[in-house]
Amino acid sequence: MFKIFEPNKIFLITSKAPKYVMVLFVIVFLIGLLEALIFSPEDYKQSHSVRIMYVHVPAAWISLGIFSSITFLSLSGYIFKNRIFFLIAKSLAPAGFVFNIIALVTGSIWGKPTWGTWWAWDARITSMLILALFYLIYLIAWRIFEDKENVLKITTIITVLGIINVPIIKYSVDWWNTLHQPASINVLSKSSIHTSMLTPLLIMTAAFALFSLLIFLMKYNTELIKIKNKGLDRL
Amino acid sequence: MINDIFNMNGYGFYVWSAFLFTLLSFTSLYIITKVQYVKERDKFVLKFGALDSKRAEVAKLQTINKEILSSSQSI
Repeated sequence: MFKIFEPNKIFLITSKAPKYVMVLFVIVFLIGLLEALIFSPEDYKQSHSVRIMYVHVPAAWISLGIFSSITFLSLSGYIFKNRIFFLIAKSLAPAGFVFNIIALVTGSIWGKPTWGTWWAWDARITSMLILALFYLIYLIAWRIFEDKENVLKITTIITVLGIINVPIIKYSVDWWNTLHQPASINVLSKSSIHTSMLTPLLIMTAAFALFSLLIFLMKYNTELIKIKNKGLDRL
Repeated sequence: MINDIFNMNGYGFYVWSAFLFTLLSFTSLYIITKVQYVKERDKFVLKFGALDSKRAEVAKLQTINKEILSSSQSI
């Protein structure tokens, strides 16, 4: 059923893909930077500090998306007894963690001119910090548990516990009184953000998604070579 | 014009710090991932080179092994 994910077949693609993804990322990222830093307008209330949104929001979106994917892949790996799903999940995690850190740090930098503080124990910030901890525990678990069966079980449990936090992050601004404003972009209803700001935001999101794909491919190839290295020992 | 871009009505420090931090994080993650890849690939090439001809033939039957050897400069 999942023969398409077989390392022998997929490596033919994943070994060649990074250079193309890299070129595409550089192009999209440069356009995004120009749009975000020069062409997009300043906000009537926040002035130029609004430009931080173009790195902060995509980083937060991607880190949430990656964690959700890791959970889905870990559960699928467990249900279908397919280790490749775990390998894909493991390869996605470093990019997700770094995007989580970027979201926290750029959010803190944005907080100073906007709220007058670098940090507040606001529901959205705290839940994002908890997500970063889940990422960290997940990555450490892969390093410290040698036994394969154990590590698959433990990492799946970590992701299942961590995914509970994802809807909390998403709805924290609606459920509690937080410093964060409610969502400006809605898929199902009309967004309150102007096109002149939405365009650079979407371009930067595409660039960030391409970067996470690039890191994923490089990490996935590394993991496959690791397995093959062990295979050579057994010959 | 250039001053305006850097100063950004007094918000330049915050905006440029956020973008610089993002760029630094991207660069670090890319370098770390690449170093890990190159290390693992070099280990593979070394191990493969140490195999006797019979074992090397068996190993070469797997497409992925051939691909790893040929993609030494692909990333």
